[in-house]
Amino acid sequence: MTTLSATLFLIGANHRTAPIEVRERLALTSNRLPEFHAQLDALKGLREITVLNTCNRVEFYGVAESPDTVAQLQQAFCAFQGLEPESFAAICRQVHGRAAIEHLLSVACGIDSQMLGETEILGQVKDAYAAAQGRRTTGPVLNRVFQKTFQYAKHVRTHTAINEGQISIANVAVDLALKIFGDLSSTRILLLGSGDIGEKTAKAFQSRGATSLTIASRTLGHAMELATAFNGTALPWEHVTEKLGDYSIVVGSTSAPDVVVTTADVVAAMKKRRAEPLFFIDLALPRDIDAGAAELDNVFLYNLDDLAKIAEENLAARTAQVAHARQIVGEKSEAIWKQVESQAGGGSPPTATQVQEPRSI
Amino acid sequence: MPDFTDRTWLWFATACYLAGFVIGSIALLRERRHSRALMFGVLFIGFALQTFGLYQRGLAVKGCPLGNTFEIFQFTAWSAIALYLVIGPTFRLSLLGYFTSLLAAVLTSVSLAIPAWDATRRVGIFGGNPWIEFHAAIALFSYGVFALLALTSTMYLLQVFSLKRHHLRGLFSFLPSIHDLDHINLRLLGAGVMLLGASLAVGSAYWVQDTATVNTAKLIITVALWAAYAVVLGLRLKELLISKRLAWTCIILFAAALLSLDAVNSSRPPLSPTPVKASR
Repeated sequence: MTTLSATLFLIGANHRTAPIEVRERLALTSNRLPEFHAQLDALKGLREITVLNTCNRVEFYGVAESPDTVAQLQQAFCAFQGLEPESFAAICRQVHGRAAIEHLLSVACGIDSQMLGETEILGQVKDAYAAAQGRRTTGPVLNRVFQKTFQYAKHVRTHTAINEGQISIANVAVDLALKIFGDLSSTRILLLGSGDIGEKTAKAFQSRGATSLTIASRTLGHAMELATAFNGTALPWEHVTEKLGDYSIVVGSTSAPDVVVTTADVVAAMKKRRAEPLFFIDLALPRDIDAGAAELDNVFLYNLDDLAKIAEENLAARTAQVAHARQIVGEKSEAIWKQVESQAGGGSPPTATQVQEPRSI
Repeated sequence: MPDFTDRTWLWFATACYLAGFVIGSIALLRERRHSRALMFGVLFIGFALQTFGLYQRGLAVKGCPLGNTFEIFQFTAWSAIALYLVIGPTFRLSLLGYFTSLLAAVLTSVSLAIPAWDATRRVGIFGGNPWIEFHAAIALFSYGVFALLALTSTMYLLQVFSLKRHHLRGLFSFLPSIHDLDHINLRLLGAGVMLLGASLAVGSAYWVQDTATVNTAKLIITVALWAAYAVVLGLRLKELLISKRLAWTCIILFAAALLSLDAVNSSRPPLSPTPVKASR
């Protein structure tokens, strides 16, 4: 193996190749990572390596002297994780050269993600690269490949709508709140009930700058428990109606059989709020908020179906962008490939002395 | 410099405002956000050209060019653009440049397309008194503020429609938040009332000295307009007129103000010296 087409490799498994129960066994936990890196250091012929280890993928991007080195890496990983090599081979994807670059770029710009277009993955790839740099296991090939990948991943995101519009219900709700209030830092949020989906929505609000969160539940203990977890406050259930007007955003996620907030309650709350809008997010089934409240001026009401529909529309819009994004990924991968090929001097892999002193691994 | 007439410069300015609108429309059709810097640049060039055109007109009519409907429409568009160039970068309201370019393009192209509005140029209408000229200029500038208020009110209504009817894609996805639009509406309303009030105060200082020189229809319409906007401001501050009703009121008041311009202008008595025919 002498050409870069053969020496640059990607090997690993992800959500497309392995079901969740298998991915659970593949994941490298942070406390065991140093031990595994030590094993990689011992592999002869592995010139460069970066490990991308997220909840949905374990992938190794590297430059190896021979196919044997890649096979040894695979064996070392299986032994370390207690996997049978045959089982891993069945779910493992291995590509070389330009295809490895194209895969990395697809991953970095989110088109290979389970949640199409998500942006978190780019940060994870950057972290993986930074960690590899910290261990000095990258060299001229991976340095060029990763740095150009970051640049082109941004290009793909800005030249397509691959990451526009939220595709999770909680984030759709937060986006709608931003359309009403502009900034969430001064909004007061009331969470009715302590259901799982309400909790996720509260988390999404907090992650986007909301600081004031109040939880009301029929069982005050539950409300206080959740309030402690979210650094918020608990409101006794019997005070919900009278205090409704104090909140800008009300998230309904109770399991109550009947409506919790009636239109009359909202009319009374709006007398208190006057010019300030009130946003209801009804995630409960049966619904917590009387549908009639949506007709009131300055009141905005979205239920679970409304939010799901928006999320689906956004996903469809992102999906429609995939072909365009893939076309750019293809073009940019070719560009990176040509650069690393010419850097490697027409096909020969860089030798240890040519690289900017990566640690011998 | 080529020997262009003032109207030619104003046509160039209109072309820039139309270009801003086209740039924004193309971006919206592609469901992309237009470049703020590009929009600002195009409108700034249009503003510079319009300023030069109005300056030339001012030299010809020996004063601020506010003597006929054409000039008033041009000055209103100029005021709206000037205000956008000042507040646009501060408030960073998405789509404000797009809507302002549309308004300016409509006002300027309509005024240029109707020759009758510019058939007669009134020379020296302020009699060389800079205070009266100042009074007229800030009155018209307040019209620019109210024009922008009508635009932000329209954006407010569109955003409310979008959120109420769950139409969130396309143009609607780029609109500013309801909170931001309400905030800017209140500020524009306050600024417009203050400017028009100041204009009336300056004008009244001369009116009391010589009541016969002031056109009654103009006086009544202007005072009524100011009073209407002042009442709206008061009701908003007391939170009695809010949300959609406030937005609709601001749009209707501006439409009434525009419609009244022609009536005010045509009710003016002939001036001395004799008005000059416009050169095309």
